[in-house]
Amino acid sequence: MTQYEVTETLDVKGQNCPMPVVKTKQATDQLDTGDVLEVLATDPGSMSDLGGWADTTDGVELVDQREGDDVYTHYVRKTE
Amino acid sequence: MSTDTSDAPAETAVDAPSRAELAARIDELEQQLAAATDDDQQKMSIIATKGTLDMAYPPLILASTAAAFGYEVTVFHTFWGLDILHEERSKNLKLSSVGNPNMPVPNAVAALPGMDRVTTTMMERKIEDNDTATIEELIDTSLDMGVEFQACQMTIDLMDYDEDDFYDGVTTGVGAATAIQDMADADIQLLV
Repeated sequence: MTQYEVTETLDVKGQNCPMPVVKTKQATDQLDTGDVLEVLATDPGSMSDLGGWADTTDGVELVDQREGDDVYTHYVRKTE
Repeated sequence: MSTDTSDAPAETAVDAPSRAELAARIDELEQQLAAATDDDQQKMSIIATKGTLDMAYPPLILASTAAAFGYEVTVFHTFWGLDILHEERSKNLKLSSVGNPNMPVPNAVAALPGMDRVTTTMMERKIEDNDTATIEELIDTSLDMGVEFQACQMTIDLMDYDEDDFYDGVTTGVGAATAIQDMADADIQLLV
């Protein structure tokens, strides 16, 4: 597994489409290159949406996604 | 037979462009390609024409999400779509079950006075229970992310609205030509 250290955590639990993606974007804008954002979400759609967003968007990379019982955790690294 | 084979390529060679002409043509095409791909900023243009509670969501959700993807987004609001940008009216968008066979109310009942209020309240409650973002939240978020909301000037005049009626940051004084320009420049164009 990729090694990473979480810089910031964004809690979007309870929020629905499009907020997890939109708030993740806003949060990564505040980070420095190399920082890793941990995103906590309860929206099952966030698994596909955040992955698709990170794949298509320049400057960010999805390093990991974990599916818990109720919470979906995503790790996004700012790459530029 | 040997004459035939030597004649044919000779004739083609006369018609064919010279190496220098081909090189010049390639240069020209490369320049055109560079000009066409120079602007790598992706753009999305949405035309929002509907102002019911359900139809206000798709343009706002797509606009804010596209902005998150790094798109430059413009949403041109015209006719009832203008109500989405109207600060007061946007908080009061209605949902009608008349003509919507997916709603659990028969048309004959849905047409009774006060029924739009009932179905709207039902929908608002569902939105709240589901923690779905409100129209106002989506507009604020979109504006924060740099989405340009445009209010069609002709419709503003037609509806007798005032420029001050709209959210701060909404562009007024624009018409169809602006929308066409945005659509021509955009990678994604949608009419909602």
